[in-house]
Amino acid sequence: MKNLNSVFAAYLIGWGVFFLFYVSIAKRTNDLRAEVDRLKNSLPRAK
Amino acid sequence: MGKRIVLGAVAILFVIAAAYASFYVAPEERTMGVLQRIFYFHVASAWAGMDAFFLCFIANLLYVWKRGQKYDWLGVSSAEVGLVLTTVVLITGPIWAKPAWGIYWTWDARLTSTFVLWLLYVSYLLLRTLIEEPERRALLSALFGIFAFIDVPLVFFSIRWWRTQHPAPVIMGGPGSGLDPTMNKVFLFSVLAMHVFAAFLIVERYMLEKMRSEVDILRREAEAQ
Repeated sequence: MKNLNSVFAAYLIGWGVFFLFYVSIAKRTNDLRAEVDRLKNSLPRAK
Repeated sequence: MGKRIVLGAVAILFVIAAAYASFYVAPEERTMGVLQRIFYFHVASAWAGMDAFFLCFIANLLYVWKRGQKYDWLGVSSAEVGLVLTTVVLITGPIWAKPAWGIYWTWDARLTSTFVLWLLYVSYLLLRTLIEEPERRALLSALFGIFAFIDVPLVFFSIRWWRTQHPAPVIMGGPGSGLDPTMNKVFLFSVLAMHVFAAFLIVERYMLEKMRSEVDILRREAEAQ
């Protein structure tokens, strides 16, 4: 199967990019969630 | 949250089914052989990317017209997802080009206009990091987004207007173009799967932007005390 390596490389790298992007969204969401909790605790009326 | 999980599950099922169909259902192309199977991933990503930029364009227009914060959130979310999809296009294209053309890259009309598109949306996202004031940031980036979208039709028509290295369109390419019926079905399903996956990413990114706005409000309240 000539060029099968190129096909796998394209799919693997492509899905790798999507996976990293999703991980970055999840990480940024977690960081913001922690920040929301911290800020809510620092505001007496929001407790 | 429940709807987002369902959308995520559907998106994953669709892309797995599309990958399976690309490898096991679509027939092997006569000239390029197995290498042509990159087409189903490469072109589906490109179409989903251009549609994400179109959504960004609509959101930018709506922001300029109505000044609703949600349009700004939708604009940045779809721009970021469109940029990721275009990044995948710019990576998978050269991987396909090297065995097919003997070179990774050439400054042909389609490749150059796609690279310019990528740079324009990198600039759109960079611009947003440079402006502190939320309303000014939203307005200026919306205006820049409207300008950046001009390149999308240029990318689409580049292989119709100029015949250079990139192949002529096989879909909507006029007389002499077209795909084998099974290839066409697999391709259209791959396009659908990539759009569902892009929608899932845009929703996730939108929720992040919404939360960021909540943090900004809480920060201002904390500073005011």
